[in-house]
Amino acid sequence: MNRKYSTRALKEAGQGYFFMSPTIFVLLLFILGPIFYAIFLSFHNVRLLGETAFNFVGLANYERVFEDRRAGIALWNTFKYVMIVVPCQTVLAIILAATLNAGMKGEKFFRIVYFLPTLTSSAVLTLIFMWMYNREGLVNFGLDKLGLPTYDFIGDPNVALTAIMVMNIWATAPFFMVIYLAALQDIPDSLYEAAELDGAGPVRKFLSITVPHLRPITSFVVIMGVIGTFQLFDQSYIFSGGSGGPDNSTLTVVLLIYQYAFKSMDTMGYAAAIAFVLAIVILVSTLIQRKLSKEENLY
Amino acid sequence: MKKKTSFGRIFLYVILCTYALVTLIPFLWALSSSFKPLSEIVSGSINFIPKNFTFDNYRQIFIEQALFPRWMFNSVLIATVGTALNILFNSMAGYALARLTFPGKKSLFIVILAVLMIPAQVTMIPNYLILREFGWLNSYQGMIVPSMINATFIFMMRQFFVNFPKELEEAAAIDGLSRIGTFFKVVLPLAKPALAAQAIFVFMGFWNDFMRPLIIMTDSSMYTLPLGLNTFKGQFVSYWNYIMAASMVFTLPVLVIYAFFNKYFIKGLSLTGGK
Repeated sequence: MNRKYSTRALKEAGQGYFFMSPTIFVLLLFILGPIFYAIFLSFHNVRLLGETAFNFVGLANYERVFEDRRAGIALWNTFKYVMIVVPCQTVLAIILAATLNAGMKGEKFFRIVYFLPTLTSSAVLTLIFMWMYNREGLVNFGLDKLGLPTYDFIGDPNVALTAIMVMNIWATAPFFMVIYLAALQDIPDSLYEAAELDGAGPVRKFLSITVPHLRPITSFVVIMGVIGTFQLFDQSYIFSGGSGGPDNSTLTVVLLIYQYAFKSMDTMGYAAAIAFVLAIVILVSTLIQRKLSKEENLY
Repeated sequence: MKKKTSFGRIFLYVILCTYALVTLIPFLWALSSSFKPLSEIVSGSINFIPKNFTFDNYRQIFIEQALFPRWMFNSVLIATVGTALNILFNSMAGYALARLTFPGKKSLFIVILAVLMIPAQVTMIPNYLILREFGWLNSYQGMIVPSMINATFIFMMRQFFVNFPKELEEAAAIDGLSRIGTFFKVVLPLAKPALAAQAIFVFMGFWNDFMRPLIIMTDSSMYTLPLGLNTFKGQFVSYWNYIMAASMVFTLPVLVIYAFFNKYFIKGLSLTGGK
Protein backbone atom coordinates (compact mmCIF):
# COMPACT_ATOMS: atom_id res chain seq x y z
CA MET A 1 0.00 0.00 0.00
CA ASN A 2 2.69 2.39 1.08
CA ARG A 3 4.77 1.64 -1.98
CA LYS A 4 1.88 2.11 -4.34
CA TYR A 5 1.28 5.49 -2.79
CA SER A 6 4.87 6.56 -3.31
CA THR A 7 4.89 5.55 -6.98
CA ARG A 8 1.72 7.57 -7.38
CA ALA A 9 3.39 10.53 -5.70
CA LEU A 10 6.39 10.03 -7.92
CA LYS A 11 4.20 10.02 -10.99
CA GLU A 12 2.41 13.16 -9.87
CA ALA A 13 5.72 14.89 -9.23
CA GLY A 14 6.80 13.98 -12.74
CA GLN A 15 3.61 15.44 -14.15
CA GLY A 16 4.11 18.54 -12.03
CA TYR A 17 7.58 19.12 -13.45
CA PHE A 18 6.30 18.42 -16.96
CA PHE A 19 3.64 21.11 -16.55
CA MET A 20 6.14 23.51 -15.02
CA SER A 21 8.99 22.84 -17.46
CA PRO A 22 8.44 25.78 -19.89
CA THR A 23 8.03 28.14 -16.93
CA ILE A 24 11.14 26.83 -15.18
CA PHE A 25 13.12 27.11 -18.44
CA VAL A 26 12.21 30.78 -19.03
CA LEU A 27 12.46 31.62 -15.35
CA LEU A 28 16.03 30.34 -15.12
CA LEU A 29 17.32 31.53 -18.48
CA PHE A 30 15.60 34.88 -18.93
CA ILE A 31 14.64 36.08 -15.44
CA LEU A 32 16.64 34.60 -12.55
CA GLY A 33 19.87 34.12 -14.48
CA PRO A 34 19.74 37.68 -15.85
CA ILE A 35 19.17 39.12 -12.36
CA PHE A 36 22.48 37.65 -11.20
CA TYR A 37 24.07 38.61 -14.50
CA ALA A 38 22.82 42.18 -13.97
CA ILE A 39 24.36 42.28 -10.49
CA PHE A 40 27.63 41.10 -12.04
CA LEU A 41 27.41 43.71 -14.81
CA SER A 42 26.74 46.55 -12.38
CA PHE A 43 30.14 45.93 -10.75
CA HIS A 44 32.00 45.81 -14.04
CA ASN A 45 32.99 48.00 -16.91
CA VAL A 46 31.61 46.26 -20.00
CA ARG A 47 33.15 46.52 -23.43
CA LEU A 48 31.22 44.98 -26.29
CA LEU A 49 33.07 46.03 -29.42
CA GLY A 50 35.74 43.61 -30.58
CA GLU A 51 36.42 41.14 -27.81
CA THR A 52 33.80 41.40 -25.06
CA ALA A 53 35.60 42.44 -21.91
CA PHE A 54 34.51 42.82 -18.29
CA ASN A 55 36.71 44.85 -15.96
CA PHE A 56 35.88 44.74 -12.28
CA VAL A 57 35.39 48.29 -11.01
CA GLY A 58 33.82 47.68 -7.58
CA LEU A 59 31.23 50.25 -6.60
CA ALA A 60 32.38 52.82 -9.16
CA ASN A 61 29.22 52.47 -11.27
CA TYR A 62 27.02 53.10 -8.25
CA GLU A 63 29.10 56.06 -7.12
CA ARG A 64 28.83 57.48 -10.62
CA VAL A 65 25.01 57.63 -10.34
CA PHE A 66 25.36 60.29 -7.67
CA GLU A 67 27.87 62.36 -9.62
CA ASP A 68 26.17 62.16 -13.01
CA ARG A 69 24.26 65.37 -13.73
CA ARG A 70 21.98 63.68 -16.27
CA ALA A 71 21.14 60.88 -13.82
CA GLY A 72 20.08 63.56 -11.33
CA ILE A 73 17.92 65.27 -13.97
CA ALA A 74 16.37 61.95 -15.01
CA LEU A 75 15.57 60.99 -11.41
CA TRP A 76 14.07 64.41 -10.72
CA ASN A 77 11.96 64.35 -13.93
CA THR A 78 10.71 60.84 -13.15
CA PHE A 79 9.96 61.78 -9.55
CA LYS A 80 7.96 64.86 -10.65
CA TYR A 81 6.15 62.71 -13.18
CA VAL A 82 5.19 60.06 -10.59
CA MET A 83 4.11 62.62 -7.96
CA ILE A 84 1.78 64.39 -10.39
CA VAL A 85 0.48 61.62 -12.62
CA VAL A 86 -0.35 58.99 -9.96
CA PRO A 87 -2.67 61.18 -7.79
CA CYS A 88 -4.33 62.76 -10.85
CA GLN A 89 -5.06 59.49 -12.62
CA THR A 90 -6.28 57.83 -9.42
CA VAL A 91 -8.69 60.65 -8.56
CA LEU A 92 -9.92 60.85 -12.15
CA ALA A 93 -10.42 57.07 -12.26
CA ILE A 94 -12.43 57.00 -9.03
CA ILE A 95 -14.64 59.91 -10.12
CA LEU A 96 -15.32 58.38 -13.51
CA ALA A 97 -16.08 54.99 -11.99
CA ALA A 98 -18.47 56.43 -9.40
CA THR A 99 -20.24 58.50 -12.06
CA LEU A 100 -20.59 55.52 -14.38
CA ASN A 101 -21.82 53.35 -11.54
CA ALA A 102 -24.69 55.70 -10.67
CA GLY A 103 -26.93 53.58 -12.90
CA MET A 104 -26.88 55.92 -15.87
CA LYS A 105 -28.35 55.08 -19.23
CA GLY A 106 -25.82 54.31 -21.93
CA GLU A 107 -23.31 53.06 -19.38
CA LYS A 108 -22.08 50.48 -21.85
CA PHE A 109 -21.44 53.11 -24.52
CA PHE A 110 -19.45 55.32 -22.17
CA ARG A 111 -17.50 52.32 -20.92
CA ILE A 112 -16.45 51.37 -24.45
CA VAL A 113 -15.52 54.96 -25.35
CA TYR A 114 -13.53 55.48 -22.15
CA PHE A 115 -11.63 52.30 -22.76
CA LEU A 116 -10.28 53.31 -26.18
CA PRO A 117 -7.01 54.82 -24.91
CA THR A 118 -6.19 51.66 -22.95
CA LEU A 119 -6.47 49.62 -26.13
CA THR A 120 -4.33 51.89 -28.23
CA SER A 121 -0.58 51.46 -28.19
CA SER A 122 1.63 54.04 -26.56
CA ALA A 123 3.35 54.63 -29.91
CA VAL A 124 0.09 55.56 -31.65
CA LEU A 125 -1.14 57.67 -28.72
CA THR A 126 2.12 59.59 -28.58
CA LEU A 127 1.99 60.29 -32.32
CA ILE A 128 -1.63 61.46 -32.12
CA PHE A 129 -0.77 63.79 -29.25
CA MET A 130 2.34 65.11 -30.97
CA TRP A 131 0.11 65.99 -33.89
CA MET A 132 -2.30 67.76 -31.56
CA TYR A 133 0.52 69.46 -29.65
CA ASN A 134 1.88 70.94 -32.89
CA ARG A 135 2.51 74.70 -32.94
CA GLU A 136 -0.55 75.18 -35.11
CA GLY A 137 -2.25 72.05 -33.78
CA LEU A 138 -5.57 71.37 -32.18
CA VAL A 139 -4.51 72.05 -28.58
CA ASN A 140 -3.06 75.47 -29.33
CA PHE A 141 -6.13 76.28 -31.41
CA GLY A 142 -8.31 75.45 -28.38
CA LEU A 143 -6.12 77.42 -25.98
CA ASP A 144 -6.19 80.40 -28.33
CA LYS A 145 -9.99 80.24 -28.60
CA LEU A 146 -10.21 80.28 -24.81
CA GLY A 147 -7.93 83.32 -24.70
CA LEU A 148 -5.09 81.37 -23.08
CA PRO A 149 -1.43 81.54 -24.10
CA THR A 150 -0.24 78.96 -26.63
CA TYR A 151 2.90 76.85 -26.33
CA ASP A 152 5.44 74.98 -28.38
CA PHE A 153 4.74 71.79 -26.44
CA ILE A 154 7.32 69.64 -28.19
CA GLY A 155 10.17 72.17 -28.40
CA ASP A 156 9.83 74.12 -25.15
CA PRO A 157 11.66 72.48 -22.21
CA ASN A 158 9.31 74.19 -19.76
CA VAL A 159 6.19 72.41 -20.98
CA ALA A 160 7.33 69.23 -22.75
CA LEU A 161 7.14 66.99 -19.66
CA THR A 162 3.78 68.49 -18.66
CA ALA A 163 2.50 67.64 -22.13
CA ILE A 164 3.50 64.00 -21.61
CA MET A 165 1.92 63.99 -18.13
CA VAL A 166 -1.43 65.21 -19.47
CA MET A 167 -1.32 62.63 -22.21
CA ASN A 168 -0.61 59.77 -19.80
CA ILE A 169 -3.20 60.76 -17.23
CA TRP A 170 -5.68 60.76 -20.09
CA ALA A 171 -4.44 57.37 -21.30
CA THR A 172 -4.22 55.39 -18.04
CA ALA A 173 -7.07 56.74 -15.90
CA PRO A 174 -9.72 54.67 -17.79
CA PHE A 175 -7.81 51.45 -17.14
CA PHE A 176 -7.93 52.05 -13.40
CA MET A 177 -11.53 53.19 -13.73
CA VAL A 178 -12.50 49.67 -14.83
CA ILE A 179 -10.77 48.19 -11.79
CA TYR A 180 -12.73 50.59 -9.56
CA LEU A 181 -15.96 49.74 -11.37
CA ALA A 182 -15.61 46.07 -10.49
CA ALA A 183 -15.02 46.97 -6.83
CA LEU A 184 -17.94 49.42 -6.72
CA GLN A 185 -20.39 46.59 -7.38
CA ASP A 186 -19.41 45.05 -4.04
CA ILE A 187 -20.50 48.05 -1.96
CA PRO A 188 -23.93 47.16 -0.52
CA ASP A 189 -26.78 49.45 -1.67
CA SER A 190 -28.18 49.46 1.85
CA LEU A 191 -25.33 51.72 2.96
CA TYR A 192 -26.32 54.39 0.45
CA GLU A 193 -29.99 54.02 1.32
CA ALA A 194 -29.23 54.47 5.01
CA ALA A 195 -27.14 57.55 4.23
CA GLU A 196 -29.99 58.96 2.15
CA LEU A 197 -32.37 58.55 5.08
CA ASP A 198 -29.89 60.51 7.15
CA GLY A 199 -30.13 63.25 4.55
CA ALA A 200 -26.69 62.84 2.94
CA GLY A 201 -26.24 64.39 -0.51
CA PRO A 202 -24.41 62.73 -3.42
CA VAL A 203 -21.05 64.36 -2.66
CA ARG A 204 -21.31 63.45 1.00
CA LYS A 205 -22.21 59.84 0.05
CA PHE A 206 -19.26 59.68 -2.34
CA LEU A 207 -16.80 60.94 0.26
CA SER A 208 -18.11 59.01 3.29
CA ILE A 209 -19.12 55.71 1.73
CA THR A 210 -17.58 55.19 -1.72
CA VAL A 211 -14.06 56.48 -1.08
CA PRO A 212 -13.48 54.67 2.25
CA HIS A 213 -14.87 51.41 0.88
CA LEU A 214 -12.58 51.56 -2.10
CA ARG A 215 -9.49 52.09 0.04
CA PRO A 216 -7.96 48.62 -0.51
CA ILE A 217 -8.44 48.98 -4.26
CA THR A 218 -7.04 52.50 -4.16
CA SER A 219 -3.96 51.13 -2.47
CA PHE A 220 -3.60 48.59 -5.28
CA VAL A 221 -4.22 51.23 -7.97
CA VAL A 222 -1.65 53.59 -6.46
CA ILE A 223 0.98 50.85 -6.25
CA MET A 224 0.33 49.80 -9.85
CA GLY A 225 0.42 53.46 -10.87
CA VAL A 226 3.72 54.09 -9.08
CA ILE A 227 5.33 51.02 -10.64
CA GLY A 228 4.05 51.99 -14.09
CA THR A 229 4.96 55.68 -13.96
CA PHE A 230 8.47 55.07 -12.66
CA GLN A 231 9.05 53.06 -15.82
CA LEU A 232 8.00 55.77 -18.29
CA PHE A 233 9.89 55.21 -21.52
CA ASP A 234 7.92 54.84 -24.78
CA GLN A 235 6.29 58.26 -24.62
CA SER A 236 9.40 60.25 -23.83
CA TYR A 237 11.44 58.25 -26.34
CA ILE A 238 9.01 58.95 -29.20
CA PHE A 239 8.32 62.52 -28.06
CA SER A 240 12.01 63.44 -28.06
CA GLY A 241 13.19 61.10 -30.82
CA GLY A 242 15.19 59.15 -28.22
CA SER A 243 17.20 62.09 -26.89
CA GLY A 244 15.17 63.04 -23.81
CA GLY A 245 15.18 66.61 -25.07
CA PRO A 246 14.47 69.46 -25.39
CA ASP A 247 17.25 70.27 -22.93
CA ASN A 248 16.82 66.95 -21.02
CA SER A 249 13.31 67.98 -20.01
CA THR A 250 11.74 64.65 -21.00
CA LEU A 251 14.67 62.49 -19.90
CA THR A 252 13.40 59.69 -17.66
CA VAL A 253 15.40 57.11 -15.72
CA VAL A 254 14.51 54.27 -18.09
CA LEU A 255 15.35 56.38 -21.13
CA LEU A 256 18.70 57.14 -19.51
CA ILE A 257 19.29 53.42 -18.85
CA TYR A 258 18.47 52.71 -22.49
CA GLN A 259 20.86 55.41 -23.73
CA TYR A 260 23.75 54.26 -21.54
CA ALA A 261 23.17 50.58 -22.30
CA PHE A 262 22.64 50.69 -26.05
CA LYS A 263 23.52 54.12 -27.42
CA SER A 264 26.89 54.93 -25.93
CA MET A 265 30.11 52.96 -25.67
CA ASP A 266 31.36 51.14 -22.59
CA THR A 267 28.58 52.29 -20.27
CA MET A 268 26.52 49.10 -20.11
CA GLY A 269 27.70 48.29 -16.58
CA TYR A 270 26.80 51.79 -15.46
CA ALA A 271 23.33 51.36 -17.04
CA ALA A 272 22.87 48.12 -15.06
CA ALA A 273 23.75 50.00 -11.87
CA ILE A 274 21.14 52.70 -12.63
CA ALA A 275 18.58 49.93 -13.26
CA PHE A 276 19.23 48.56 -9.75
CA VAL A 277 18.92 52.02 -8.24
CA LEU A 278 15.56 52.36 -10.01
CA ALA A 279 14.42 48.92 -8.80
CA ILE A 280 15.29 49.90 -5.23
CA VAL A 281 13.50 53.25 -5.55
CA ILE A 282 10.37 51.47 -6.83
CA LEU A 283 10.55 48.85 -4.08
CA VAL A 284 11.00 51.45 -1.33
CA SER A 285 8.15 53.64 -2.58
CA THR A 286 5.87 50.60 -2.79
CA LEU A 287 6.75 49.68 0.79
CA ILE A 288 6.19 53.26 2.00
CA GLN A 289 2.84 53.35 0.23
CA ARG A 290 1.85 50.05 1.83
CA LYS A 291 2.83 51.26 5.26
CA LEU A 292 0.90 54.52 4.82
CA SER A 293 -2.27 52.78 3.69
CA LYS A 294 -2.05 50.37 6.64
CA GLU A 295 -1.74 53.25 9.09
CA GLU A 296 -4.70 54.99 7.54
CA ASN A 297 -6.74 51.84 8.01
CA LEU A 298 -6.24 52.06 11.76
CA TYR A 299 -8.45 55.11 12.03
CA MET B 1 -36.64 66.55 -3.58
CA LYS B 2 -37.37 64.81 -6.84
CA LYS B 3 -36.40 67.84 -8.84
CA LYS B 4 -33.06 67.92 -7.09
CA THR B 5 -32.19 64.33 -8.03
CA SER B 6 -33.01 64.89 -11.69
CA PHE B 7 -30.77 67.95 -11.60
CA GLY B 8 -28.04 65.73 -10.17
CA ARG B 9 -28.60 63.24 -13.00
CA ILE B 10 -28.14 65.95 -15.60
CA PHE B 11 -24.95 67.02 -13.88
CA LEU B 12 -23.66 63.42 -13.98
CA TYR B 13 -24.52 63.18 -17.67
CA VAL B 14 -22.62 66.39 -18.32
CA ILE B 15 -19.55 64.86 -16.65
CA LEU B 16 -19.90 61.61 -18.61
CA CYS B 17 -20.42 63.31 -21.96
CA THR B 18 -17.63 65.83 -21.43
CA TYR B 19 -15.19 63.08 -20.63
CA ALA B 20 -16.41 60.99 -23.55
CA LEU B 21 -15.61 63.98 -25.78
CA VAL B 22 -12.22 64.42 -24.16
CA THR B 23 -11.52 60.76 -24.94
CA LEU B 24 -12.89 60.78 -28.46
CA ILE B 25 -11.51 64.07 -29.80
CA PRO B 26 -7.88 62.88 -30.20
CA PHE B 27 -9.07 59.77 -32.05
CA LEU B 28 -11.53 61.65 -34.26
CA TRP B 29 -8.91 64.26 -35.01
CA ALA B 30 -6.41 61.57 -35.98
CA LEU B 31 -9.01 59.76 -38.08
CA SER B 32 -10.03 62.95 -39.86
CA SER B 33 -6.40 63.91 -40.51
CA SER B 34 -5.79 60.52 -42.08
CA PHE B 35 -8.35 61.36 -44.78
CA LYS B 36 -6.98 64.82 -45.57
CA PRO B 37 -4.53 65.72 -48.34
CA LEU B 38 -1.23 67.27 -47.24
CA SER B 39 -2.29 70.74 -48.42
CA GLU B 40 -5.15 70.71 -45.96
CA ILE B 41 -2.89 69.42 -43.16
CA VAL B 42 -0.33 72.19 -43.52
CA SER B 43 -2.92 74.94 -43.99
CA GLY B 44 -3.45 74.82 -40.22
CA SER B 45 -7.23 74.94 -40.55
CA ILE B 46 -9.13 73.17 -37.79
CA ASN B 47 -11.96 71.19 -39.32
CA PHE B 48 -12.98 67.71 -38.26
CA ILE B 49 -14.67 66.88 -41.55
CA PRO B 50 -12.04 66.85 -44.33
CA LYS B 51 -12.74 69.43 -47.04
CA ASN B 52 -11.06 67.30 -49.68
CA PHE B 53 -11.78 63.78 -48.54
CA THR B 54 -9.21 61.28 -49.83
CA PHE B 55 -8.14 57.67 -49.36
CA ASP B 56 -4.77 58.54 -50.86
CA ASN B 57 -2.84 58.47 -47.57
CA TYR B 58 -3.80 54.88 -46.92
CA ARG B 59 -2.65 53.89 -50.39
CA GLN B 60 0.45 56.07 -50.26
CA ILE B 61 1.87 54.74 -46.99
CA PHE B 62 2.13 51.28 -48.53
CA ILE B 63 3.91 52.72 -51.59
CA GLU B 64 6.24 55.12 -49.74
CA GLN B 65 7.22 52.55 -47.16
CA ALA B 66 7.66 49.17 -48.83
CA LEU B 67 8.35 47.54 -45.47
CA PHE B 68 4.92 48.37 -44.04
CA PRO B 69 3.33 44.99 -44.91
CA ARG B 70 6.43 43.26 -43.57
CA TRP B 71 6.19 45.13 -40.24
CA MET B 72 2.58 44.16 -40.01
CA PHE B 73 3.45 40.53 -40.71
CA ASN B 74 6.18 40.60 -38.03
CA SER B 75 3.77 42.08 -35.49
CA VAL B 76 1.02 39.57 -36.27
CA LEU B 77 3.40 36.61 -36.16
CA ILE B 78 5.10 37.58 -32.90
CA ALA B 79 1.84 38.51 -31.18
CA THR B 80 -0.05 35.40 -32.31
CA VAL B 81 2.63 32.81 -31.59
CA GLY B 82 3.60 34.57 -28.36
CA THR B 83 -0.02 34.64 -27.18
CA ALA B 84 -0.64 30.98 -28.05
CA LEU B 85 2.46 29.86 -26.14
CA ASN B 86 1.57 32.06 -23.18
CA ILE B 87 -1.94 30.65 -22.92
CA LEU B 88 -0.63 27.10 -23.01
CA PHE B 89 2.35 27.49 -20.69
CA ASN B 90 0.74 29.84 -18.16
CA SER B 91 -2.25 27.52 -17.84
CA MET B 92 -0.02 24.47 -17.45
CA ALA B 93 2.01 26.18 -14.73
CA GLY B 94 -1.09 27.57 -13.03
CA TYR B 95 -2.68 24.12 -13.05
CA ALA B 96 0.40 22.41 -11.62
CA LEU B 97 0.66 25.04 -8.85
CA ALA B 98 -3.03 24.67 -8.00
CA ARG B 99 -3.52 20.92 -8.24
CA LEU B 100 -0.39 18.80 -8.30
CA THR B 101 2.02 18.02 -5.49
CA PHE B 102 5.72 18.00 -6.26
CA PRO B 103 8.87 18.90 -4.35
CA GLY B 104 9.82 22.57 -4.63
CA LYS B 105 6.30 23.67 -5.54
CA LYS B 106 6.04 26.20 -2.74
CA SER B 107 9.39 27.84 -3.48
CA LEU B 108 8.55 27.98 -7.19
CA PHE B 109 5.32 29.77 -6.37
CA ILE B 110 7.18 32.26 -4.17
CA VAL B 111 9.73 32.88 -6.93
CA ILE B 112 6.92 33.58 -9.41
CA LEU B 113 5.34 36.08 -7.00
CA ALA B 114 8.71 37.73 -6.39
CA VAL B 115 9.36 38.04 -10.12
CA LEU B 116 6.25 40.21 -10.35
CA MET B 117 8.08 42.83 -8.29
CA ILE B 118 11.18 43.07 -10.46
CA PRO B 119 11.11 45.87 -13.04
CA ALA B 120 11.88 44.75 -16.58
CA GLN B 121 14.77 47.25 -16.81
CA VAL B 122 16.90 45.11 -14.53
CA THR B 123 16.76 42.05 -16.79
CA MET B 124 16.70 44.03 -20.05
CA ILE B 125 20.47 44.51 -20.38
CA PRO B 126 21.56 40.94 -19.47
CA ASN B 127 18.79 39.56 -21.69
CA TYR B 128 20.21 41.52 -24.59
CA LEU B 129 23.64 39.98 -23.98
CA ILE B 130 22.16 36.47 -23.65
CA LEU B 131 20.17 36.82 -26.89
CA ARG B 132 23.28 38.17 -28.57
CA GLU B 133 25.23 35.12 -27.40
CA PHE B 134 22.50 32.84 -28.85
CA GLY B 135 22.52 34.78 -32.14
CA TRP B 136 18.86 35.58 -31.47
CA LEU B 137 19.01 39.34 -32.05
CA ASN B 138 16.87 40.29 -35.05
CA SER B 139 14.91 37.06 -34.80
CA TYR B 140 11.34 36.13 -33.97
CA GLN B 141 12.41 33.68 -31.28
CA GLY B 142 14.37 36.49 -29.62
CA MET B 143 11.10 38.35 -29.12
CA ILE B 144 8.93 35.33 -28.33
CA VAL B 145 10.90 32.86 -26.18
CA PRO B 146 11.89 35.18 -23.28
CA SER B 147 8.25 36.25 -22.88
CA MET B 148 6.44 32.99 -23.58
CA ILE B 149 5.42 32.85 -19.93
CA ASN B 150 4.05 35.64 -17.75
CA ALA B 151 4.15 35.59 -13.96
CA THR B 152 0.97 37.68 -13.63
CA PHE B 153 -1.07 35.23 -15.66
CA ILE B 154 0.45 32.12 -14.07
CA PHE B 155 -0.72 33.61 -10.80
CA MET B 156 -4.14 34.39 -12.28
CA MET B 157 -4.54 30.88 -13.70
CA ARG B 158 -3.52 29.35 -10.40
CA GLN B 159 -6.27 31.28 -8.63
CA PHE B 160 -8.68 30.16 -11.32
CA PHE B 161 -7.80 26.45 -10.99
CA VAL B 162 -7.88 26.56 -7.20
CA ASN B 163 -11.58 27.40 -7.46
CA PHE B 164 -12.17 24.95 -10.30
CA PRO B 165 -14.50 22.02 -9.35
CA LYS B 166 -12.39 18.94 -8.67
CA GLU B 167 -15.24 16.51 -9.41
CA LEU B 168 -14.90 16.92 -13.16
CA GLU B 169 -11.27 15.83 -13.13
CA GLU B 170 -12.06 12.92 -10.83
CA ALA B 171 -14.78 11.80 -13.21
CA ALA B 172 -12.34 11.98 -16.12
CA ALA B 173 -9.80 9.97 -14.12
CA ILE B 174 -12.40 7.25 -13.51
CA ASP B 175 -13.03 7.20 -17.27
CA GLY B 176 -9.37 6.26 -17.60
CA LEU B 177 -8.04 9.57 -18.84
CA SER B 178 -4.49 10.40 -17.77
CA ARG B 179 -3.64 13.60 -15.89
CA ILE B 180 -2.23 15.20 -19.00
CA GLY B 181 -5.16 13.99 -21.10
CA THR B 182 -7.59 15.35 -18.50
CA PHE B 183 -5.87 18.72 -18.56
CA PHE B 184 -6.03 19.11 -22.32
CA LYS B 185 -9.41 17.46 -22.96
CA VAL B 186 -11.44 18.41 -19.89
CA VAL B 187 -9.87 21.26 -17.93
CA LEU B 188 -8.67 23.60 -20.69
CA PRO B 189 -11.94 23.66 -22.66
CA LEU B 190 -13.80 24.59 -19.47
CA ALA B 191 -11.31 27.36 -18.68
CA LYS B 192 -12.17 29.26 -21.86
CA PRO B 193 -13.30 32.54 -20.23
CA ALA B 194 -10.08 32.79 -18.23
CA LEU B 195 -8.05 31.88 -21.32
CA ALA B 196 -9.81 34.51 -23.43
CA ALA B 197 -9.17 37.22 -20.85
CA GLN B 198 -5.54 36.19 -20.70
CA ALA B 199 -5.28 36.08 -24.49
CA ILE B 200 -6.40 39.70 -24.91
CA PHE B 201 -3.94 41.09 -22.40
CA VAL B 202 -1.03 39.03 -23.63
CA PHE B 203 -1.80 39.86 -27.25
CA MET B 204 -2.00 43.57 -26.48
CA GLY B 205 1.23 43.34 -24.57
CA PHE B 206 3.06 41.86 -27.57
CA TRP B 207 1.27 44.02 -30.12
CA ASN B 208 1.94 47.32 -28.36
CA ASP B 209 5.40 46.54 -27.00
CA PHE B 210 7.86 49.24 -27.99
CA MET B 211 10.94 48.84 -25.85
CA ARG B 212 11.84 45.18 -26.41
CA PRO B 213 11.69 45.27 -30.22
CA LEU B 214 13.59 48.56 -30.06
CA ILE B 215 16.44 46.72 -28.36
CA ILE B 216 16.23 43.34 -30.08
CA MET B 217 15.33 44.32 -33.66
CA THR B 218 17.96 46.53 -35.26
CA ASP B 219 17.40 45.38 -38.84
CA SER B 220 14.52 47.44 -40.27
CA SER B 221 12.98 44.42 -42.01
CA MET B 222 12.48 42.81 -38.59
CA TYR B 223 10.75 45.83 -37.00
CA THR B 224 7.31 45.46 -35.49
CA LEU B 225 4.62 48.06 -36.17
CA PRO B 226 5.23 50.41 -33.21
CA LEU B 227 8.90 50.56 -34.12
CA GLY B 228 8.12 50.95 -37.80
CA LEU B 229 5.68 53.70 -36.98
CA ASN B 230 8.35 55.58 -35.07
CA THR B 231 10.78 55.23 -37.99
CA PHE B 232 8.07 56.28 -40.39
CA LYS B 233 7.51 59.42 -38.32
CA GLY B 234 11.23 60.16 -38.58
CA GLN B 235 11.14 59.83 -42.37
CA PHE B 236 7.98 61.85 -42.97
CA VAL B 237 8.37 64.46 -40.25
CA SER B 238 5.65 66.87 -41.33
CA TYR B 239 3.49 64.46 -43.32
CA TRP B 240 1.02 64.10 -40.49
CA ASN B 241 -1.62 62.78 -42.91
CA TYR B 242 0.58 59.73 -43.58
CA ILE B 243 1.53 59.28 -39.95
CA MET B 244 -2.10 59.39 -38.86
CA ALA B 245 -3.16 56.96 -41.60
CA ALA B 246 -0.44 54.53 -40.51
CA SER B 247 -1.51 54.94 -36.88
CA MET B 248 -5.11 54.13 -37.76
CA VAL B 249 -4.13 51.00 -39.71
CA PHE B 250 -2.14 49.90 -36.70
CA THR B 251 -4.93 50.49 -34.18
CA LEU B 252 -7.68 48.70 -36.07
CA PRO B 253 -6.76 45.05 -35.28
CA VAL B 254 -6.83 45.63 -31.51
CA LEU B 255 -10.21 47.36 -31.78
CA VAL B 256 -11.60 44.40 -33.72
CA ILE B 257 -10.30 41.96 -31.12
CA TYR B 258 -11.75 44.13 -28.38
CA ALA B 259 -15.15 44.15 -30.07
CA PHE B 260 -15.14 40.36 -30.15
CA PHE B 261 -13.85 39.74 -26.64
CA ASN B 262 -15.32 42.75 -24.84
CA LYS B 263 -17.16 40.53 -22.36
CA TYR B 264 -14.03 38.65 -21.29
CA PHE B 265 -12.04 41.84 -21.15
CA ILE B 266 -13.86 43.24 -18.13
CA LYS B 267 -13.77 39.81 -16.49
CA GLY B 268 -10.04 39.57 -17.08
CA LEU B 269 -9.51 42.95 -15.51
CA SER B 270 -11.33 41.94 -12.37
CA LEU B 271 -9.27 38.74 -12.29
CA THR B 272 -5.98 40.59 -12.48
CA GLY B 273 -7.05 43.65 -10.56
CA GLY B 274 -9.23 42.32 -7.77
CA LYS B 275 -6.75 39.62 -6.79
